[in-house]
Amino acid sequence: MIDPNIDRVQFWIVVVVLGLATYAIRFSFLGLLGNRVLPGWLQRSLRYTAVAVLPALVAPAVLWPPATGGEPDAARLLAAVVTMVVGLATRQMIIAALAGVVTLLGLPFLL
Amino acid sequence: MSASRESYLRGVRAALPFAVVIVPFAMLFGLLASEAGLQLYEIVAFSVSVFAGASQFAALHLLQDQAPLLVILATSLAVNLRMLMYSVTLAPHVGAAPLGVRAVMAYLLVDQSFALSVAEYDKRPSMTLPEKTAYFFGAVTPVLPLWMGSTVAGALAGRAIPPEYALDFAVPIAFLAMTAPMIRSWPHALAAGLSVVLTLVLTFLPYGTGLLVGSTIGMAAGAGFEYWREKAAT
Repeated sequence: MIDPNIDRVQFWIVVVVLGLATYAIRFSFLGLLGNRVLPGWLQRSLRYTAVAVLPALVAPAVLWPPATGGEPDAARLLAAVVTMVVGLATRQMIIAALAGVVTLLGLPFLL
Repeated sequence: MSASRESYLRGVRAALPFAVVIVPFAMLFGLLASEAGLQLYEIVAFSVSVFAGASQFAALHLLQDQAPLLVILATSLAVNLRMLMYSVTLAPHVGAAPLGVRAVMAYLLVDQSFALSVAEYDKRPSMTLPEKTAYFFGAVTPVLPLWMGSTVAGALAGRAIPPEYALDFAVPIAFLAMTAPMIRSWPHALAAGLSVVLTLVLTFLPYGTGLLVGSTIGMAAGAGFEYWREKAAT
């Protein structure tokens, strides 16, 4: 945690704008555009947004955890790898997360 | 029992197993938001306004890092862009429903209600419009109260847990656990892998912009790879 104090003005702007914009995304075709078809390249790209953004968002914290002052940490690295591998193998988010947590909490006792 | 009512109940039953994912995930959000110093009413406002877990985690994470406002909004919205696909896919099925009904459906369009409804519409092509909307509302009926209730429960638990137990690594684990099952093909793996590598390489860029550049290139590479594979297959 760099600074636990979240700027309140920024927070409320995010709550309102993110809420409205997310609603606009959901409402778009369902509410307004009906049966219009998106271009193929755009449809294809949309399928890859979440899978590209989510892991990249946390990658720096995996390699350089703020909790250790930015020093790479074996337990955190291994926990991230175990989470990914178990998630790929089982396709179950909750099992992957549990495997990661167990690795993170259990490893310091083994080393 | 009317056909719509039956569809509604089928949707409810299909969505119930998602509780095992939604409850811990929402509790974690409430817990982290509370440890970040947000008040209960602020956390509830956040969940009610956005109602999209992954983007809420992303926004919270970036708010704490004091990223620029535009970066926070662009990154969190990018996480929700997949819902444009959901909206496109549902439109032909329920586009004939009254506007008010579709306006409510839009708010309730989440991963679970989308995935269950589309699977059901494909499985039962003879469903009528009222049955289709009823099934959709059934599929989101357990999700909404579980998400909101568990967020509050997590926020209350967060106030009871001393800050030194801060789960700094909970978000990385949650996001990786969310991502791994989404990697269903080599193009998905390329999109995720390239985006991660580029974001790490570009950390020298002003905060958060490396992520936007990296994930955009990763996304385009995944889509391009998929296109190339389809071409090569024909």
